[in-house]
Amino acid sequence: MERFVETFLKLSVITSIWPKILDGMLITVELGIVVVISGLALGLVLALVRTAQIRPVNAIIVVCVDVLRAVPPLVMVLIVYFGLPNVGLTLPSFAVLWLVLALVLAAFAEEIFWAGILSVRRGQWDAARSTGLSFIETLAFVVLPQTVRMVLPPLVNRTIAITKNTALGTVIGVPELLNQATTQVSFLSNATPLTMAAIGYLIIFVPVVLFGNWLEQRYAFRKA
Amino acid sequence: MEALLDQFFNVSVMERALPLLLRGLGMTLLLCLTVIPLGFIGGTLVALARLSRVATLRVTIRVLTDLFRALPPLVLLILIYSGLPFAGIRLNPFTAVCIAFFLNSSAYYGEVMRAGIESIGFGQWEAARSTGLSGRDTVAFVILPQAVRNVLPDLVSNTVEVAKLTSIASVVSMTELLYSADMARSLTFNASPVVLAGLFYLVLLWPLVRLASRLEHRVGT
Repeated sequence: MERFVETFLKLSVITSIWPKILDGMLITVELGIVVVISGLALGLVLALVRTAQIRPVNAIIVVCVDVLRAVPPLVMVLIVYFGLPNVGLTLPSFAVLWLVLALVLAAFAEEIFWAGILSVRRGQWDAARSTGLSFIETLAFVVLPQTVRMVLPPLVNRTIAITKNTALGTVIGVPELLNQATTQVSFLSNATPLTMAAIGYLIIFVPVVLFGNWLEQRYAFRKA
Repeated sequence: MEALLDQFFNVSVMERALPLLLRGLGMTLLLCLTVIPLGFIGGTLVALARLSRVATLRVTIRVLTDLFRALPPLVLLILIYSGLPFAGIRLNPFTAVCIAFFLNSSAYYGEVMRAGIESIGFGQWEAARSTGLSGRDTVAFVILPQAVRNVLPDLVSNTVEVAKLTSIASVVSMTELLYSADMARSLTFNASPVVLAGLFYLVLLWPLVRLASRLEHRVGT
């Protein structure tokens, strides 16, 4: 037991490296925020474009979304990070991770928004249009408000799962939480930084998970 | 354009990397066949535990589920693989991956299965019990089959997520598909092997992605 505490919760390690862990947390949060905002925005825009029913455009969206859903994000991160410099385009690792995760989130969000839009009954569209609302107005004031409430729980769960992938940044050297911790582990030959990182992730994500649970219950209540 | 093709779709590099990648693919399949059933069984047990009469068990399982949903799987894996040796517990990569995946995907499959079980009306339980089935038989032959059917889209898409997630095993130098591809990349200074690995994942998982989204839309309408 003592050995475990010494290995995973050594006080002297905690007091000496907490600023570094905090720096890492900050970068994880920053990355998370930009990924969530850009990913959800792009996903919503794609779903809206799909409602215009332009066949070739829809086909392209569906294919891209499927690819982004089927290929592991770590594979894409490695392709972009190690491939692009050889063709003369060097992106900082933070930007690579942002780009990949935002695209993946956009793909999943598009699917969820689209399913939500489809689930709004045809009659709602017809009624709104016949009262003189334009297509865009119908979408914005009648269909989307109903969609958002319906898609919120799955959207939040998916968003958490994808945002957690910011930890993949450690593989390409983004100085985020996990990266800071593994660096310290190899400096200090002690696992305490990893425990601190795990706790850091819990501090960041547990509130979001609880928010998701709350949404789900609220949603279930409305359905009943 | 030619530079792009040469860097990302270099056929001769891909050809040379193919044997290595195929071996990696075998390991990825083995991993999937191990961690997906493990996670599904774990998740079913988790979902059943949430129905337990013992409040402590219910609450513990619930807290653990939320913790493992909040913790990135890569953090869990590195904690197990690189953290435990400092305490004298040395695991091989395969075991470490299995433990990490069991903890992570039991939580996710557990949430899906719970939703499935909750979707079954109480009348089903009562009817099954009144025909003389035991509690265990009721769960196994009446509740679970219907629960699985009701949440099939989520089960399929969660399985895709788990299969994709096996790629993080490369970080603990498990010689699966992505690890082999990345090794080939660092030997050839060319990203084509990783693109090829991506294509393998695509071929493997695209049918499931299509299936999931078709099932989802059918339920939605």
